[in-house]
Amino acid sequence: MTDRVKKLRDQSLKAINRISAERAVLVTDFYKSVTHRNLSIPMVRALNFDYILTHKHICINDGELIVGERGPAPKACPTYPEICVHSPEDLEILDKRQKVSFKVDEETRRIYHENITPYWQGRSNRDLIMGQVSSEWLAAYKAGVFTEFQEQRAPGHTVAGSKIYRKGMLDLIDEIHDVLLQPGFQDDAASSAKQEELKAMEISANALIKFAERHAGTLEQLAVVEKSRKRKKELLEMAGICRHVPAHAPRTFHEALQYYWFVHLGVITELNPWDSFNPGRLDQHLYPFYRQGIADGSLTRDRAMELLQCFWIKFNNHPAPPKVGVTALESNTYTDFCLINLGGVKSDGSDAVNELTYMLLDVIEKMRLLQPGSMVQVSKMSPDRFIYRTLNITKTGYGQPSFFNTDAIVQELLSQGKSLEDARNGGASGCVEAGAFGTEAYILSGYFNLPKVLEVTLHNGIDPRTGKMIGLLTGDPATFSSFDQLMQAFQKQLNHFIRIKIEGNNTIGKIFAEKMPVPFLSLIIDDCITNGTDYNAGGARYNTTYIQGVGLGTITDSLTAIRHHVFDRKLVSMSGLMRADDQNFKDFEELQLELVYHTPKYGNDEDYADDQARLVFELFYAAVNGQANAIGGTHRINLLPTTCHVYFGSVTGATADGRNAWQPLSEGISPVQGADRKGPTAVLKSAAKIDHIRTGGTLLNQKLSPDFFEGDESIHKMSSLIRSYFRMDGHHIQFNVVSADTLRDAQQHPELYRDLIVRVAGYSDYFNDLGEDLQNEIIKRTEHYSI
Amino acid sequence: MVIRGLIFDIRRFTVHDGPGIRTTVFFKGCPLTCWWCHNPESQDFKSERSIKNLVLSGTKFQHSETTGNFMTVDEVMAEVQKDEIFYEESGGGVTFSGGEPMMQEPFLHALLQASKTLGWHTAVDTSGYATHKAMEHTAPLVDLFLYDVKLMNDELHRKYTGVSNKPILENLEFLYRSGKNITLRFPVIPGITDTYDNIQQIKTLIIRLQSQRPVPMAHGSPLSIHLLPYHTIARDKYRRFCKTNQLEGVHDLKQEALAGLKQEFEEMGLTVKIGG
Ligand code: SF4
Repeated sequence: MTDRVKKLRDQSLKAINRISAERAVLVTDFYKSVTHRNLSIPMVRALNFDYILTHKHICINDGELIVGERGPAPKACPTYPEICVHSPEDLEILDKRQKVSFKVDEETRRIYHENITPYWQGRSNRDLIMGQVSSEWLAAYKAGVFTEFQEQRAPGHTVAGSKIYRKGMLDLIDEIHDVLLQPGFQDDAASSAKQEELKAMEISANALIKFAERHAGTLEQLAVVEKSRKRKKELLEMAGICRHVPAHAPRTFHEALQYYWFVHLGVITELNPWDSFNPGRLDQHLYPFYRQGIADGSLTRDRAMELLQCFWIKFNNHPAPPKVGVTALESNTYTDFCLINLGGVKSDGSDAVNELTYMLLDVIEKMRLLQPGSMVQVSKMSPDRFIYRTLNITKTGYGQPSFFNTDAIVQELLSQGKSLEDARNGGASGCVEAGAFGTEAYILSGYFNLPKVLEVTLHNGIDPRTGKMIGLLTGDPATFSSFDQLMQAFQKQLNHFIRIKIEGNNTIGKIFAEKMPVPFLSLIIDDCITNGTDYNAGGARYNTTYIQGVGLGTITDSLTAIRHHVFDRKLVSMSGLMRADDQNFKDFEELQLELVYHTPKYGNDEDYADDQARLVFELFYAAVNGQANAIGGTHRINLLPTTCHVYFGSVTGATADGRNAWQPLSEGISPVQGADRKGPTAVLKSAAKIDHIRTGGTLLNQKLSPDFFEGDESIHKMSSLIRSYFRMDGHHIQFNVVSADTLRDAQQHPELYRDLIVRVAGYSDYFNDLGEDLQNEIIKRTEHYSI
Repeated sequence: MVIRGLIFDIRRFTVHDGPGIRTTVFFKGCPLTCWWCHNPESQDFKSERSIKNLVLSGTKFQHSETTGNFMTVDEVMAEVQKDEIFYEESGGGVTFSGGEPMMQEPFLHALLQASKTLGWHTAVDTSGYATHKAMEHTAPLVDLFLYDVKLMNDELHRKYTGVSNKPILENLEFLYRSGKNITLRFPVIPGITDTYDNIQQIKTLIIRLQSQRPVPMAHGSPLSIHLLPYHTIARDKYRRFCKTNQLEGVHDLKQEALAGLKQEFEEMGLTVKIGG
């Protein structure tokens, strides 16, 4: 690490998260100024984008090589009042909450109180959504049957492809003109709407060029007063780069990185799309620039390393935008899910691992930053050395990179109808979601609480936590004479809630399509320009909406317990079991013991239990897959929880697997905490029994004590463990390598463990920043394996 | 007649009992009574009850469990077969351990035969205390022997394990001469097996073995040694099974002592691993 990098990294780690009113003020001023003008919505959004980029503070940190910040300084976070507006109470929570607080100073509070909150209350997109969804949607949402992603953030969840490394903004503007001049364009019934959209894209492209030029201007000014000759030269060089990109296609390694970074800032300034935008297949995109630089002598390996490290730090300066309402209290993850993909296959199907892949692994190891997250794509062609190198980073307990199965991802995307080339150019983003990079809008719409649906089924449509009827009348389960009958009732309730969720998705999708276009993001994702249609309105080549199932382990074990004890063994009657659940096992400890310890469980490679996982998977898949979304695409399923299994657990009463009320649900497709007794191979076998290829991603977390990674021999064994899982079409696996003692000590002395990073779900987070429940859960799992 | 064997555990993803990812089948019953036995539940050739603590929201419940079940070859193989894909990817296989698997030689033989039919790598973890005939019968089906060497002095061997080491050493020479791959396992028990005399005698044994089957340099030695440090971990097990732990009070071994021992054996050209 050079001194420069060390300094920038320290600065990033030390910077304190705070709320910056800058963007909110600019947006409010702008909206107030255009109310009397008769502009189309895309034009308003594009001019708003231009207004922000023209007026926001240009921040250049000392010693930086890659420039540009979303806020006025590192970790100064903007808000997006047009999406959701922070009330004074929200700001108070953000300022005071224990985990990942965002400091809000007096001046900022005053600005929100006087200027921002009053203007946007009742006008924000969130208000619009809440006013348009149905009452049954609201009831299910409040009961914790599902969450809604687009309530506080814009649809995003997309990843840049290779286009920007070949085309500058001016080239994209040429493309826009070509479309406008196409013969027959004017005859298109939608031509005037398309024209507005395309004009909005053009304004956005120019806005980014101007933004870069403002950076160039500031850099030149800094150069004038700079004392060090070396830095002066650097500043002028950087100014030159900012005058070239993003207007034109990049010519060098440095330009390529700076170009991407401007695009990144553009996307996350325009709106706050889920999850943070990211460069995707970075080793592939940058490799030609690296090769050329080394060949013509303009780049050295060390310089490339330094540039990459500076690039890495930029991501870490940008925490996830803070939420409002209850989620401000609950959702306290720092990371914004940038997931850099390494390895995989090229579009011709050959192995994509190159020299830069290994260099990037070095960067990840040295930087040890939360953001950007990283993953490796392992295909059957990937060399073992690639996996060994990665495992040697994973074993340091930092939770990154995680492992993804390229061959599965390609199959998943192909089965959704994508072209082979687009599938091979794809990867995973966010936690684990498969997507075609640069060509797809894949919108995660919300988590879906599978065990809650079973709870409602067992109470004949009523949510026992509130006593409210939120489901259907599917019969008193005490009268069910067979397990099949229970499953039929469950299927009816499941379909009922999925219908509500999908109707809600489509209402919300329409709101975004009509009211909240993203002309800048639309420039980047194909084929929005040629279609003359916004990313939020179905302009992308592929449009997918996902519903993410949560609690597979919990629901599987609960159903298995019912099948085993009520119907097969007849140890307890249905009503007896339900009484135990409703009393949270008080006075039913013997039964609970039986349920927890003497019931077949998912995760042990026993068909009797795993069959229920398959059953639930098939029902969930059938309910969701192929249903139309609002923008001409389809709904599909994912199985991943991020941290939602904790929230969903807190609204779900005791379950038949012996889980106490309000405790976390199982995570991803992992077994219930502690239910797997036969080690990792059995877990992988169980997890592979569901058909990953028909999902857009599954998440499997394996917490192992460090000794599993000690020495070459162990590394080879872990590598074959991964290969075996991938041979069974597993989608993703990640390892949390920590000892329980370390974690317990960290809980006692958080001040000594500020940099302790653990894998939470599909991402890593500071252990200190996790809620106590989540901390305890991670400790529990660690113990489970360290014996 | 279907033969059955008394098995007390089948563990998957064992990574210390031979190459690759393996499944280890634990046979119940052992003719030895080593003071340091880390698997006290494996000694008696009968199923037994033990008390296990189950925890529910912080409260402990006592539960009695059975250890040891009579299983058929098919039943054992069904369980072992579950991880076949992992053996293939990692070059692993199945390990038969105990207790003493040679004590149920016909059953062991049948399992080895079944495993070989499926093409798996096989390992047998043995004290070596078996008849020559049994050894001769089994050996062709075994790819790797994990073979205990404990005490070279027969009197001490009798004292601490309950049996003479004579057949053990004879079987070892026989296996080595017939070209088998052997990993010696040496339990390093403070004050009992780690004495100067015992270690010197083990070295002498190794030199004698090596002289009987010289190996071309390029191939490395087919003989390796694992040093198994004494762990107090087994104490809890003794309590659960209500057995007397004669080593109560003996402490875990010092890391430096082990490292020194490792070096001594390495200087003899052996591959040495600590633990395993
Ligand atoms: S030979 Fe092994 S199983 Fe038998 S008593 Fe000795 S240590 Fe225990």
